[in-house]
Amino acid sequence: MSGGYLELSYLQVGAAALLILVNAAISLALRLDLHRRLLLAALRTTVQLLLVGLVLDWVFGLSRWYVVLALMAWMSIAAGASAVRRTPLRYPGIWLDSIVSVWASSWIIAAAALFGIVDVEPWFRPQYAIPLLGMILGNALNGVSLGLDRLGQELHARRFEVEGLLALGGTRWEAARAPVRSAVRTGMIPIINSMMIVGIVSLPGMMTGQLLAGVEPVQAVRYQVVIMFLIASATALGTLGVVLLSYRRLFTAAHQFRHGLLADRTESQ
Amino acid sequence: MLEARSITRRAGDQWLLRRLSLDIAGGERLALSGPSGSGKTVLLRALALLDPLDDGEILLDGQPTAAASVPGYRCRVAYLHQTPALADGTVETNLRLPFSLAAHRRQSFDRARAIDLLRRLGKDERFLSRRRGELSGGEAQIAALVRLLQLAPSVLLLDEPTAALDPKSAELARDLLRQWQEGDSGARAYLWVTHDASLADAVAERYLRLEDGRLRDSHPPGPG
Repeated sequence: MSGGYLELSYLQVGAAALLILVNAAISLALRLDLHRRLLLAALRTTVQLLLVGLVLDWVFGLSRWYVVLALMAWMSIAAGASAVRRTPLRYPGIWLDSIVSVWASSWIIAAAALFGIVDVEPWFRPQYAIPLLGMILGNALNGVSLGLDRLGQELHARRFEVEGLLALGGTRWEAARAPVRSAVRTGMIPIINSMMIVGIVSLPGMMTGQLLAGVEPVQAVRYQVVIMFLIASATALGTLGVVLLSYRRLFTAAHQFRHGLLADRTESQ
Repeated sequence: MLEARSITRRAGDQWLLRRLSLDIAGGERLALSGPSGSGKTVLLRALALLDPLDDGEILLDGQPTAAASVPGYRCRVAYLHQTPALADGTVETNLRLPFSLAAHRRQSFDRARAIDLLRRLGKDERFLSRRRGELSGGEAQIAALVRLLQLAPSVLLLDEPTAALDPKSAELARDLLRQWQEGDSGARAYLWVTHDASLADAVAERYLRLEDGRLRDSHPPGPG
């Protein structure tokens, strides 16, 4: 035992891996034809996490600000890109808009946490900076992808209503207001919902982790509350950001709706 | 009054409008025909400044329109879509809609006037409380036409405005548009897209034909 928690050996991890046989047995018994995917998923879980462990071990060991920043930048780009992958209706420039929104919103909030709220010294201590940003990114990307998806759908489905408003003398903002509002709303609802039920239906992963590591429940809870607010504000900023950036691309300064830019571009990727 | 100078639109390597020029004077009634896909709707949308042009310019009273003034331009040069999309709600919600826009802030919804316009299209006050989902294509067209006429535009760009109407309503709509056009001491004009040569003959005094993105004057109206 070290530091109030039980260390795991690879043997123990291997024992847990055997539990995947439960899934395999169900798949075989019901002929779900899932065993290949199961095997792949189990392999990916193991390999990806082991790799992340190695990278984090290295970064924690170095504890250099530029290495931490580089890793954080890479995480932000990956999060921005994965937000786009979940939406089929895309326009040229959507990747940049998504990455900029996820990046800017998460970094602003992470900076507020590292420099202000949690007051980490030095700010780039990887033990704080990386998991904090990771949790913020994971949730902000969710809001960004929901917001993007909803905006695209609304503008596509209501194209003629939007153009009707423009033709009646509406400004681009008047024409786009309803879809924009609906998109920002959609992006923000999941985090509000999870703030409603947190602790009642589920214990958040980070809090669980801290409890397992021997942190006092009251401390773990305080961390979790802080995290929830960080996540909520980053999600709101990111969603609003990506929706406004998309709006600016899809509507010209001369109040024209460039609906032709919006197309199902999943094939070409 | 409304002038298109050598306007061009392309989609990939295809020409939608080829250096097309057109001058619409106050008091003019124009019919525009042409085969399907010849660019009639593209031309109307371009004149309403709804799409960016690849080249050329559009002048209203001799002046180009700055980006910020486009909503004001569209109050004067109004485009009626072939199958207008109404907003959710009743006909009255839709007739009130334009007055919620900044461009029409100085005007307000005049219920009596709206009912008068509806009567002239064969509808009555009860039509105001009909919901969007209950309207036929023709009825939606009537609501959209009244919505536009309330705003007293100077030029109407009409994309087959009577195609969805029954013969009786179509005739009423023709009369109403004619009366509207003759109002304001002859300063108003419309450009009416139609496939129907006899309709073109009935509603217009000048006939244009669009083929491959180019305009030809045609008189009498050509077939199709």
